[in-house]
Amino acid sequence: MPDTPYLLAAIGVSTAVTWGLRALPFAALAPLRASAVLHHLGARMPVGVMVILTVYSLRDLPLTSPQHAAPALLALAATLGLHLWRRNAVLSILGGTAVHVTLASTLLAHS
Amino acid sequence: MGLGLFPLGIAFGVLVVHAGLSWWWATAFTALVYAGSLEFLLVGLVVAVTPLAQIALTAFLVNFRHVFYALSFPLHRVGGRIGRAYSTFGMTDEAYALTTGPDARAWSGRRIIWLQVLCQAYWVAGGTAGALFGALVPARLVGLDFALTALFVVLTVDAYRARRDIPTPALALVCALAARFAFPGQMLLAATGLFTAGLLARYAVAKRRTPAGLHNPAAKDPSRA
Repeated sequence: MPDTPYLLAAIGVSTAVTWGLRALPFAALAPLRASAVLHHLGARMPVGVMVILTVYSLRDLPLTSPQHAAPALLALAATLGLHLWRRNAVLSILGGTAVHVTLASTLLAHS
Repeated sequence: MGLGLFPLGIAFGVLVVHAGLSWWWATAFTALVYAGSLEFLLVGLVVAVTPLAQIALTAFLVNFRHVFYALSFPLHRVGGRIGRAYSTFGMTDEAYALTTGPDARAWSGRRIIWLQVLCQAYWVAGGTAGALFGALVPARLVGLDFALTALFVVLTVDAYRARRDIPTPALALVCALAARFAFPGQMLLAATGLFTAGLLARYAVAKRRTPAGLHNPAAKDPSRA
């Protein structure tokens, strides 16, 4: 179990990196605004990073065992479907998570 | 939209106490780090006592997209040293989306700051409430960690809607899957690196095809021209 100094250091590191990434680019704003390649990256980076993080959050999914992978894959489909249909972030997240909790506690309980 | 941060905060708080941490760490995480997707990942990382350098790298890769928000976030309207410092600290995906939307063109700096304070208040309150609730209810919900994946799916769809362009998410998916199987130990780094290289290659190809764009300031982004 992590101890308090380690947890505080982890928070400190995360805060410093995150705030730095948010604040420092404003200091170099003029050359950034003029850069066409940065506009190109800036317009496309957010959706790509989110796709990568979605896959990253499912990196330990056992694809060779359909029974163990099914709850997450079905919940993924439910979240995607809900969000394309209703466009309500809270509904999609709670709905998808509820599907996963229900399936994981029923399908995987016997294995 | 900001109100959605409260229930999401509750899910985060429950995850924090289920991971074995005291409830007030949920308050500390939400108040100090204030980057939702990183905080969800951070719970798993600190429970495994991941080295700080790896945590710093993860924070960098997960939040690198914020570098590009400086191109259009209306910080010039925010006055005062403290106000500007807080405004950059609280420049989350939600705050960025709300303050750069069509409704926000006439918003004053004061209004932008208060919107950010309100968003963070929802997030901290939700995280704390969820952690207290999770500490009171000892029954573990199996599979609650899916909330993180669901959050990323929602953010993917929202980012796609802002700019309907299929090749970019398709490229990211290929890079993520390739990194997952080729570099499982450093998947996030490999996937982000491959994806950035792919975008730069696409930019170079588009630029070569439209050399006139170089002399036309209205077409600075050749792939948009």
